[in-house]
Amino acid sequence: MGKHLLRIVALVYLTFLLVLPVGIVFWRTFEQGPGPVWDALTQPNALHAIQLTVVVAVLAVIGNTIFGVGTALLIVRHRFAGRRVLDALIDLPVAVSPVVAGLALILVYGRTTPIGLWLGDRGLDVIFAVPGMVMATMFVSLPLVVRAVAPVLEEIGTEQEQVAWTLGASTITTFRRITLPAIRWALVFGVVLTLARGLGEYGAVAVVSGRLVGQTQTATLFVEERFQNFDQPAAYAMAFLLAGMAVVVLLANNLLRPREST
Amino acid sequence: MSIIVRNVSKSFGAFEALRDVSVEIPTGTLMALLGPSGGGKSTLLRIIAGLEVPEAGTVEIFGVDSTDLPPQRRNVGFVFQHYAAFKHMTVEKNVAFGLEVRKLPRAEIRRRVRELLELVHLDQFSHRYPSELSGGQRQRMALARALAVQPQVLLLDEPFGALDAQVRKELRAWLRRLHDDVRVTTVFVTHDQEEAMEVADEIVVINRGAVEQVGTPDQLYDEPANDFVMSFIGPVTRLGGRLVRPHDLELSHRPGSGSVPATVVRVVRIGFEVRIDVRTVDGEDVSVQLTRGEAADLGLEPGTLVFVWSPLGSQPEPVAASG
Repeated sequence: MGKHLLRIVALVYLTFLLVLPVGIVFWRTFEQGPGPVWDALTQPNALHAIQLTVVVAVLAVIGNTIFGVGTALLIVRHRFAGRRVLDALIDLPVAVSPVVAGLALILVYGRTTPIGLWLGDRGLDVIFAVPGMVMATMFVSLPLVVRAVAPVLEEIGTEQEQVAWTLGASTITTFRRITLPAIRWALVFGVVLTLARGLGEYGAVAVVSGRLVGQTQTATLFVEERFQNFDQPAAYAMAFLLAGMAVVVLLANNLLRPREST
Repeated sequence: MSIIVRNVSKSFGAFEALRDVSVEIPTGTLMALLGPSGGGKSTLLRIIAGLEVPEAGTVEIFGVDSTDLPPQRRNVGFVFQHYAAFKHMTVEKNVAFGLEVRKLPRAEIRRRVRELLELVHLDQFSHRYPSELSGGQRQRMALARALAVQPQVLLLDEPFGALDAQVRKELRAWLRRLHDDVRVTTVFVTHDQEEAMEVADEIVVINRGAVEQVGTPDQLYDEPANDFVMSFIGPVTRLGGRLVRPHDLELSHRPGSGSVPATVVRVVRIGFEVRIDVRTVDGEDVSVQLTRGEAADLGLEPGTLVFVWSPLGSQPEPVAASG
């Protein structure tokens, strides 16, 4: 009895929270057939938004992959003053609202701040430009790679690496041939989550981008802007595309991962 | 001498792992570092390998001061208790790793790997992954991997500690034969005195961060430097407050010079030997080991009155701990 009840609760929960909304987006999107969807997504502003979203997400993934693996190594393999503080700081972006993150970036890198002025003089605009959007995306997805990789690093220990050293492998060779293969599935998982988060980020990017249509408008901002302007077919089409990209990314992760890697 | 460790000290926080330790390891020997857990023997091995940096003292490997050399440049092979197999590589790739790092020609690598896998009897398993091997096979793979780079010194940290008793015995004998074939200077850490006695040419007994004694298995057994070595290396009991080996004691129905009257408390037959627990008139519990024949002749039973004495008379002359 209890088992059935639990199953029904889970199904109802999922239906109202996930299946129904996503299903309706899908249904609304294709209400008039695929033609209008294609048209909505191929207009210049939409294409630009898609392209920008991908660029920002990919750059954020690259940044967080390098930072994430480095930080995970630091936290797991080294004992230093401030390690616990660093460990706690990593999770901060999850707790902080993305809007706050965006505002914080503006306070530091805005065009009227010392850092913003200094960078602006050198031709590098951060806020209302791509660099700021990448930083905002990196900020909100900061812990994902670290938290995926750190437990695996902990688990594999250091003996394999030490053996590699005694066999003559340099630190870099050891990382490339021993450590990296050992953490690769955790890393893929972290990267996929970061990518999915990056593609779908709204709040922080909305604040730092300035929402300039055709310039700093990402796919999520496009959805919101079209919706506000009563262009619902375009909003639905882009929403569908975003949901589709997320599903593809997560599926790819599941397919790439071997059943149980040894 | 292939390895000379001089006055090495190492602490981990407040814990002193090694205190002014000096050891010399002759070329071509199979040497055991023996001692209780936490005594510092693994730390000493890791310092020789360069995996740990001593706070004081020097390590010389084949005439080269290696104290500040990284492990990559010491030319030592290291084998861990838990194999440290490269799990994402096949057996063949594991063994080839050190050779690939050294950028040897492919054909040469293939030939050497084949030779080594034959040496450790894993030639049938070259394409398997470590997870598909038994513990004993993984450890042989780890040995082949360490030997592949032709190290000057082979260092083994509790190499058989994770294996079950039967496999451990087989591998011990196998390691002894392998060493007789390959003749590379080998140091292995163990807390199992039987393993050390059976396999090693020479044993360094390490306890609480210091060397207690260095010697051949026979020397340690027959001429222990102190009570610690004596009680760690073999069975001991006390008679008149002195440590003696139970098999060095004798029992009789008649008193003799230096004998102590005692009552038999317990008689336990363990195969060929018989262990007799007696209590002396002074209330001291003494354990005596006799052969079955000897025990049968005496007709011992709990409550029998006997006289116990040590025919060796005095305790063995203490031998100064060398090194």
